[in-house]
Amino acid sequence: MIEKGQDTGLTGYLIEKVLKNYSGDYPPDVKREIDLLLRRHLRRPVIYVGTGTCGIAAGADATLKAAKEYLKINQLEADLIEVGCVGLCSAEPLLDYQAPGRARVSFQHVTADKVYEILEECFHNHISDEHVLGQVASEGHELWHRIPLIQENPFFKKQHRILLYDCGEISPTNLDEYIARDGYKAFLKVLMNYPPEEVCNIVGQSGLKGRGGGGFPTATKWNNARLMASDKKFVICNADESDPGAYMDRALVESNPYRLIEGISIAAYAVGASKAYIYIRSEYNLAVKRLQNSLIRAKEAGFLGENIFNSGFNLQIILRQGPGAFVCGEETALIKSIEGHRGTPETKPPFPFEKGLFGKPTVVNNVETLINVPLILLHGPLWFKSIGTETSTGTKLFALTGDTVNTGLVEVPFGITLEEIIYEIGGGIKNGASLKAIQIGGPSGSLVPAAHSDLQIDYEAFHKRHQIIGSGGMVVMDENTCILDMIKYFINFLQKESCGKCIPCREGTNRMYEILQMITTRPKQNDKHESLTRFQGVIQLENLAKVIKETSLCGLGKTAPNPVLSALEWFREEFEEHVFERKCRANVCKNLIEYVISAERCTGCMVCMKKCPYDAITGAPLEPHLIIRDKCTSCGICYEVCKFSAIDFI
Amino acid sequence: MTEIKTVLQDYQNREREYLIPILQDIQSLIGFISPDAIAAVALHLKIPTSKVYAVASFYDQFKFLPFAKYRIKVCNGTGCHIEGSGAIYDELVKLLGGETRTELFSIERVQCLGACGNAPVIKINDKFYIAVTLEMAADIIKSIKALEDAP
Repeated sequence: MIEKGQDTGLTGYLIEKVLKNYSGDYPPDVKREIDLLLRRHLRRPVIYVGTGTCGIAAGADATLKAAKEYLKINQLEADLIEVGCVGLCSAEPLLDYQAPGRARVSFQHVTADKVYEILEECFHNHISDEHVLGQVASEGHELWHRIPLIQENPFFKKQHRILLYDCGEISPTNLDEYIARDGYKAFLKVLMNYPPEEVCNIVGQSGLKGRGGGGFPTATKWNNARLMASDKKFVICNADESDPGAYMDRALVESNPYRLIEGISIAAYAVGASKAYIYIRSEYNLAVKRLQNSLIRAKEAGFLGENIFNSGFNLQIILRQGPGAFVCGEETALIKSIEGHRGTPETKPPFPFEKGLFGKPTVVNNVETLINVPLILLHGPLWFKSIGTETSTGTKLFALTGDTVNTGLVEVPFGITLEEIIYEIGGGIKNGASLKAIQIGGPSGSLVPAAHSDLQIDYEAFHKRHQIIGSGGMVVMDENTCILDMIKYFINFLQKESCGKCIPCREGTNRMYEILQMITTRPKQNDKHESLTRFQGVIQLENLAKVIKETSLCGLGKTAPNPVLSALEWFREEFEEHVFERKCRANVCKNLIEYVISAERCTGCMVCMKKCPYDAITGAPLEPHLIIRDKCTSCGICYEVCKFSAIDFI
Repeated sequence: MTEIKTVLQDYQNREREYLIPILQDIQSLIGFISPDAIAAVALHLKIPTSKVYAVASFYDQFKFLPFAKYRIKVCNGTGCHIEGSGAIYDELVKLLGGETRTELFSIERVQCLGACGNAPVIKINDKFYIAVTLEMAADIIKSIKALEDAP
C-alpha cells in the first residue's frame, strides 16, 4: 500500500506503525525508535545550531563550521543538526548542547570564535553560565546545576507556543522526525475518517480566523468554495510576506515546512481541490529550498500525488516564487500573478471562491492560518478554543522589532495586552528610554500611542477602534523616533508598491508623501504665510486620506492612509511643531533645521568650509564664515566639526 | 542567447502561466533580463513582447541591467529604518563617490532581508553584515577595494 515510502525504510515503517496505529500504544521497538527521533533518548551528544535566515545573518554558518571542526579535531562522536528559529533573534547565533540523559542547554551569541571554548566545557561536563541562555526541562533528563530554565526566561514565559512548539528542536527537512512528533497524523485521520464537510465543521467550531490580516473565518471561506460546483478547484497558500519588519511566515516555513504542507493538504481535501500552489517570496531563499526538499520527500513517502493512501484523493502542490510586489498579498492580485500577469487586483465580487485562479473556485489562505489547521484536527476544536478569548481563538505570531531589549518572533494567546508583550516578553525599551508608540500590522497598519498600550490583542477590540491586527508586524518605537519620519517611511513604501490600477491609491499615496515631505523640510521662504500654507497641507492630508480610504479598489489602497490617520489622531501636536516651530522633537528630521554661523564666535578656521559636502559655506581665513542658504541641505556636518560652537541652529 | 534557449527548452508547450518562472530562470542564469530574452520569451509563449516587458517591469525581482561584481543590498525594512539604515545607504553612496553603480559595486535599497533583530543589516552578494555602523561601512568598502587591488 505504501510502496513509495518503502525506499526510505524508516519512513514507511513509521507510517505503518505510528500513523496507522490509532490506539496510540506503541510496541517497545516503535517506542524506542520514536524516543530516538524525539531525542528523549540519546545514543551520543547532540549539538543544535539555529540556521534560519536570522541566524545565518548573525553568523550561524561560521558557528556550524566551527562546531564541525571542533568535533573533527577532538575526534568526538556527536550529532550536529541544523534547526530552525526559536524566535529570539537578538540572541543569535544560538547553539544548543544536549548530552545523553542531561537537559538541553542553550547558548546565546555563539559566534564562531566562542564555539571551541563552549564545546570544550560541554564535553567535559561543565557548563559555565557566561553564554548560557537557559536549559530546557524535560522528562527523563537530569538538570544542570545552577543553570536557569529557559521556560522561566521572561522572553518565553508569557508566550504560548503552539505553532512555534517544534521550531528550533526539529530538524526542518527530516520527515521521520516530523512523523514522530505527531506529524501527518491529522492528515491521515482526516483522509480515513472524515468527509470534507466534517473537516470544515471542525475548523468552524474551533473559531479559526485568517491570520493574514483580514480575520475572516477560515471555515466559511472553505465551505463557500466546497459548495461551488466545478471540475477544478484550487487552494493557494499565500507566503508572499512582504510587510517590512515581518517574518513570521518565513520563520515558520524554515523551521517546520512539513507542517505547512500538511495544512495545505487538509485544506485541499476539505475544499475538494487536487492542485495547490504555494506562492512564496523569492527573496526567501532558504525557505524556498527547504520547501522544495520537503515537497519531494513528502511525495516520495506517498503524502502527495495520486490516490493518496488509497483514499481516492489526489493532490499536487506547486511552488511558485513571488517576484516581489507587496500588492500580491491581496488575493486577487496574487491570483493574477500566478496566471502570469501583472499583479493588479480585481474588483470583488466575484470572490475568489466563485471565480479565482483560471476562473475556478479558489481558496487563498495565509501560512500561519494553514499551520494552525493540523493542530486543530489533532487536538480538537475545544482545545483550540481554550486558548485565547471567546471570539478570537488560538494564538497569534508577532515579529517584535524596533526598540525593545529582546526582539524576535513571539507567539501569544489572543487577549494578551500590548504592555505585556513589550515590557515582559520584549524586556522593556532599550537604553532606558520610554515608549512612544507601537505600529501594528505593517505599513498599512495603525499606530498605537504609549498611553493606549493596555490595548488587548483580539479582533473585536481592534475592530471597535477601527484598527486592524494585520499579519503580525509589531514595531516598537521609543521617544527618539519621529512620528512624521515613520509615517513618511510607510507612505513612501506604499506609494512605491501601489500597482497603479486605481487613481485614488496611485495618485493619492503620492500626494500624501509629497505633503509629508514638505512638512519635514525647510520652507523656501521664511514668512508667516508659509507656515499657514504648510498647515493647510496637514488639513489636506486628512481629507485626502479619507478619500483614498473610501474609494480605493483593494486592501492596499483602503488601508494605505491608516498610518496617517492614526498619527493625526494621536500625534497632532508633532505635526504642528514641525509646521509652526520647525522643530522635530526627536531630532530626526534634520532637513527641518536651518544652520547659521555666529559672527562673534566664528574664528575663521575654515574647518567647516572644507568639510561641507555641498560647498555651501564661504569665507576667508580668519574672517567669519557664512552658510549659503540655497546650497545648504542641513546635513549638520558643520555643526559636528566646529570646535568653537560657532554654529547655531534655528 | 544559448542560455536563454536552454531555459526555454525546459518549458516546451507551456502556457502563459509559466511566464514568471521562465523569467526567473533566465535572471538566475544570466543575472538580468536582456532585450533579447524578452523577445525570445514572447516568441516562445506566443504573446506580445510588450506584455512580457509589462510583467517583467512590474515586479521588483527583475532587473534590466547586469549587476557589478559586488552587489550591495541595504535593507530598508522598518527595523533597519529605525536603526538608521538611511544614513548607512547615504554613507555607502558617498564612499563610492556619489554613484550607485560603479565598476566594482552596485548599491540598492531592498525590502526587508528578514534579520530585523540585528538591524541595520546589509548584504554583499551572499554575505550578511549585521548591526552596521558608519565606520563599519567604510571598513567593508575599504577591505573589498584592497582585496581587488591585490595582485
